[in-house]
Amino acid sequence: MESMNKLRVFAPPWLVRVSFWILPLTFLAIFFFLPLSRILALTFDISAFGPDNFRIAGSALRFTFYQAFLSTFLTLLLGLPSAYLFARYNFRGKSILRALTAVPFMLPTVVVAAGFSALLGPRGLTHALFPLSSFQFIGTLPAILIAHVFYNTTIIIRIVGIALSSLDPKLEHAARSLGADTFHVWKDVTLPLLRPSIFAATLLVFLFDFTSFGVILLLGGSQFSTIEVEIYLQAVRQLNLPAAALLAIIQLICTLIFSILYTRITSRSITQLAPRSMLIKPQTLKQKLFVTLFCILLSTFFLLPLSSLPIRSLFRLEADRGQRGKVQYGFTTDYYTELFINRRGSVFYVPPIQATLNSLGYAGATVVLSLLLGYPAAIALAKPTRLERILDPLIMLPLGSSAVMLGLGFIITYGKWLTSPWLVPFAHTLVALPFVIRTLQPAIASIPQRLRQAASSLGASPSEVWKQIDFPILRRATLAAGTFAFTISLGEFGATLLIARPEYPTVPLAIERFLSQPGGLNYGQSMAMATILMLLAMVGMLTIEKFRLPNTGEF
Amino acid sequence: MLEVRNIFKTYEGSLLLNDISFTVAEGETVCLLGASGSGKSTLLRIIAGLEAPDSGLISFNGLDLTTTPPHLRDFGLVFQDYALFPHLNVNDNVAFGLKMRNVGQAEIIERVATSLELVSLTRFGTRKVIDLSGGEQQRVALARALAIRPRLLMFDEPLGALDRTLREDLLNELRMILHRTKIPAIYVTHDQEEAFTIADRVLILHEGRIIREGTPADVWVQPESAIVAGFLGLGNLLNGEVIAQSEFQTEHGAFTVKCTHTHSRGDKVHLLVRPLPNESIRVERSEPIGEHSRNAIHGIVTDVIFQQDRFKVTLENGLYVYLPEAPKKGQRISVPVKVECLA
Repeated sequence: MESMNKLRVFAPPWLVRVSFWILPLTFLAIFFFLPLSRILALTFDISAFGPDNFRIAGSALRFTFYQAFLSTFLTLLLGLPSAYLFARYNFRGKSILRALTAVPFMLPTVVVAAGFSALLGPRGLTHALFPLSSFQFIGTLPAILIAHVFYNTTIIIRIVGIALSSLDPKLEHAARSLGADTFHVWKDVTLPLLRPSIFAATLLVFLFDFTSFGVILLLGGSQFSTIEVEIYLQAVRQLNLPAAALLAIIQLICTLIFSILYTRITSRSITQLAPRSMLIKPQTLKQKLFVTLFCILLSTFFLLPLSSLPIRSLFRLEADRGQRGKVQYGFTTDYYTELFINRRGSVFYVPPIQATLNSLGYAGATVVLSLLLGYPAAIALAKPTRLERILDPLIMLPLGSSAVMLGLGFIITYGKWLTSPWLVPFAHTLVALPFVIRTLQPAIASIPQRLRQAASSLGASPSEVWKQIDFPILRRATLAAGTFAFTISLGEFGATLLIARPEYPTVPLAIERFLSQPGGLNYGQSMAMATILMLLAMVGMLTIEKFRLPNTGEF
Repeated sequence: MLEVRNIFKTYEGSLLLNDISFTVAEGETVCLLGASGSGKSTLLRIIAGLEAPDSGLISFNGLDLTTTPPHLRDFGLVFQDYALFPHLNVNDNVAFGLKMRNVGQAEIIERVATSLELVSLTRFGTRKVIDLSGGEQQRVALARALAIRPRLLMFDEPLGALDRTLREDLLNELRMILHRTKIPAIYVTHDQEEAFTIADRVLILHEGRIIREGTPADVWVQPESAIVAGFLGLGNLLNGEVIAQSEFQTEHGAFTVKCTHTHSRGDKVHLLVRPLPNESIRVERSEPIGEHSRNAIHGIVTDVIFQQDRFKVTLENGLYVYLPEAPKKGQRISVPVKVECLA
């Protein structure tokens, strides 16, 4: 780096390297490792090992595995044929459909929950259209499972689809010429070659389902206690911190095992020989039927919840409070105009506009903090020494721990500062930092030293080199990384739920609060806010896609 | 015996194969020779059953196979990039086709061993295929195709990915294996040297049509068309005009050529000037070149390339000729040549 070279004049190289690490590592020590050690310390307390705590942990663990297995199975059921669809067929609207399946993955959980509520909830569109149905969706296990499928299908489509489309079609041709029928081609050639990628995708989906929090709390309710939800309940409702700590450690061990398995599988997978695309237009009746059926299925499944949200936010379907009996159905923008009014005037009932301002403030602080901490680490990791290679997974560690656990660590360690609004952006920075570093690092590494040398040999001064070479490349990466931090902070739910003060709620917390309140106006306002949040997240996604280097930093 | 009759195939609106018919006899090796894009690989895939023709017939020993799926045809196929199964070792790759045919375990072991012996890879059985060199991978692919004892073997540019010496070795080995096993074969390539080495009969494919068919020697001696002569690089091609019976005028002078075609005055023809000097006449190194020296090419030497036992001499007018001794650059020479009329 140019800046490194300049510094080298004044300081020995090791000091330069240390200066890169001092900020990010100090931050992680204070806000990640110290809280983690406090959680650990709590579990050494005898009270943590009470029979009650073990009973709670046991049942939570059972249900967590149960729902994760079911969710993963259903995700595979939808994801594998979809991966096949995208990897093998060319059809109109393909890229849009694929983008559509990828949208949920980046959406805040409250948005997805609000979307399903708008579609299938007791005050949703389906109930308005078919008022006689006594069918209940919100608060059931199917709601959780379907939301998980909605979230994670894109992982299967991506990982398995990439493997499938990079599979040399000649291998299938060879198998067929050697006497294998369609079934044997699949069983003896295609499937064995795809197995590592299917395993990897399955494990990743399972990991996400296992640590899912918002979906379960918002769509299932607290009667469905996974470990994550139970940590929250024990820490915030029961104020039983030792039990929460015990659960957190169990959770940590489980995710650690899954992560190690995942890394092992992905490092073992065979890289394919000749990536040649064999996309075909559906020709036979069977192919046409399959493509049409899955296009309809996928677009319905992904479009309905996403579109129900904005539609429901613009239609009055029930009486507002105080208007019982006299219901005006129809188009309305009231829900959006009401966002600026605090009808109750109570201290803890914050008007939505205030929550929005809080969220924007937190998000801004998160962007500044995570860039400030991420840049030096990314610069160092762009050209790491051997010691720094060890630091790399360390700095990525918060990625593997759940948001609720981060929140719990904050409560245990910094409980007395919970009144301060500053803890929230710190927690958000912890979540966003790995993404920021993974976005910046390849961009920095992509600037070849030769390019700088060429520029300076052509007469560019060091500052001119930075202006002409480094800055244009880094500007895009910085924008992408900043947007990442911004979007993550805006939608973060788990950690915020545990540490945010009730008088300083964020938009997701406000949505959750309004969603559970009675009255058409409250519900409508939650729909309006969720719609805005969804649009912001989508804009964020587009920005990131546009500005980050292609093919980097996937999962 | 394989019979291919009246095959048509269009791809994205353009005619890729235009009325292709030929046969492959018992124990015969037929070579499909053509530039890339001539449709030769598509033809091979149609014979293998991996693609369907728009119309036409594929039959073997009188049995119509046109709609038979590839796995029931018993045709072995060897690809340029081998297409070995990366998740299976050498033995399992070779055994694959036998397992698909539910051959017994003992026989599988025996036939795999025989096939590997045939390609001189006897002790490679438990090796991973991704650890093998290109030549070894191609031998495994060949062994895999041989193990099923196919009724017909097909090769799609099998040696294209290998370097020159390896290619020559493998080609000779392949020739011997084909002779020994007497399996009829179709060999697709764009390399005429390869084709002429291995083929009993050569089919030259151009823009979806077979434009010349015959033994390598026949095709070499009588290319019959300018396209074939140009593709095979048989010599200099000249545009000529008939000025009298057996008399042709070109931009490089007049030539006297005996030909079997019936021409009338003013017809446009192609002449092939073989680059080998007509040995009955000595090369004239000095001026003047008069009107009398018919059937010779003249010009100033611009380039001389050493080629083992001869020199390739290029003249300023673009013509070239092979000479046993190297002239000097800038020298004006006149070389008597053999000229043929390609109609």
